Amino acid sequence: MSDQIAHTSDAPANPASEGEGDRARHAAQGQLDTEGQRTARAATPLLTAAALSLARDLRLAFRKRGQLVQPLVFFAIVTTLFPLAISPELSRLRDVAPGVLWVAALLSSLLALEFLFRDDAHDGTLEQYALSGQSLTWLLFAKTVAHWLLTGLPLALMAPLAGLSLGVPAASVPGILASVAVGSVALSLVGSMGAALTLGVKRSGALLSLLTLPLAMPVLIFGARATELAIRGESFSAPLQLLGALAVLGVTLAPLATAAAVRVNLE
Amino acid sequence: MGAGECLQITGSNGAGKTSLLRTLSGLMYPEEGRVLWQGRSIRDDLRQFHADLAYIGHEPPLKIDFTAKENLRYWVGVRWRISRHEIDEALERVGASTWSDRPVRTLSAGQKRRVALAGLALMTVPVWLLDEPTTNLDKQGQMLVGTLIEEHLGRGGLVIAAIHHDLSVRATAGRRLELTRE
Repeated sequence: MSDQIAHTSDAPANPASEGEGDRARHAAQGQLDTEGQRTARAATPLLTAAALSLARDLRLAFRKRGQLVQPLVFFAIVTTLFPLAISPELSRLRDVAPGVLWVAALLSSLLALEFLFRDDAHDGTLEQYALSGQSLTWLLFAKTVAHWLLTGLPLALMAPLAGLSLGVPAASVPGILASVAVGSVALSLVGSMGAALTLGVKRSGALLSLLTLPLAMPVLIFGARATELAIRGESFSAPLQLLGALAVLGVTLAPLATAAAVRVNLE
Repeated sequence: MGAGECLQITGSNGAGKTSLLRTLSGLMYPEEGRVLWQGRSIRDDLRQFHADLAYIGHEPPLKIDFTAKENLRYWVGVRWRISRHEIDEALERVGASTWSDRPVRTLSAGQKRRVALAGLALMTVPVWLLDEPTTNLDKQGQMLVGTLIEEHLGRGGLVIAAIHHDLSVRATAGRRLELTRE
């Protein structure tokens, strides 16, 4: 096996700089013991590595609770301010509830996105992921899953409560829960692409919104529609299926785009 | 470069030491030429090349809210299956066992560097790329870096390090590359 590394040149390292003694030593030692070193410790399987990445982010989030609750507090504040601004009349609030819930969920999700990769880029974690020999796509996808578990899922659980405070019927709770849960998956995936693209930008919040919001519009439209139908007591399966399709599309494409954007930003 | 060799890259600030290391690691594209590993361009199979590589940049890749042990578990664990015992051993090796359960935010820069060295010691890969590995380390720490490198070279590995101060490795193993700004 020829184990050689040359610098940024087509030619190998300058042999003139290498003494006869060194050459003899190399000959005696043979080539780099690559196989021996690789097998000294078993490599982590890809899914285990992704699970570690997920566990790491979850554990880290619970160490930084302020950052964790920020989007949820924002969501709660926005949804409770609307009745004060519009009217305490439940029938009017019920009409605007789908829009209020979804705009608040979208903005809350955006708020948390800024932190998705920023700290990891600063402390060199992303660099280590890129150089780990594991699939960067999977490691970053695990981070996005952690983001959804920490932001999307709690928002989905909070949304029915916020809806009830806006006067929606209790029968609509499953519809609201399902639509926000599925829609927030798509939001997290779209957001991960935006967060990766804006990694190198200082105070990236505005640019992140600019990039992410247009892509999130279909989620907002179908999500609000599903919620509206659930509130009216009608079947909301069509918009929910469209949300599911968007989530599946996101799972298929967004991790690849996110990994590519992170690689570009690491250069 | 061949087995058991250490290349020390020197040069003034901004000469391009870090850029060269990042290019060799595959993080950056070279403007000219290509990086070869085992006779093939690293771009042919970047993941395989990275599986053979350990890179420690300027700053140790540590999470300040985790302890040294937790950091190693996640950082090294993503690549290799490691046990708690191995992590404890590595931390003891670099003199970090007494504060290995403290959050990294409470550690000094030199202590953080030692934790990074423990991570490096746990990496069973042939190529080490080190960016100023002795930064913030006291005399003992600098000697420790030299010892770790010597051991790695003895196992048939190779080391490329950007440095400001000479690494204490045996003269026969060391080669030098001085970068100058045009």
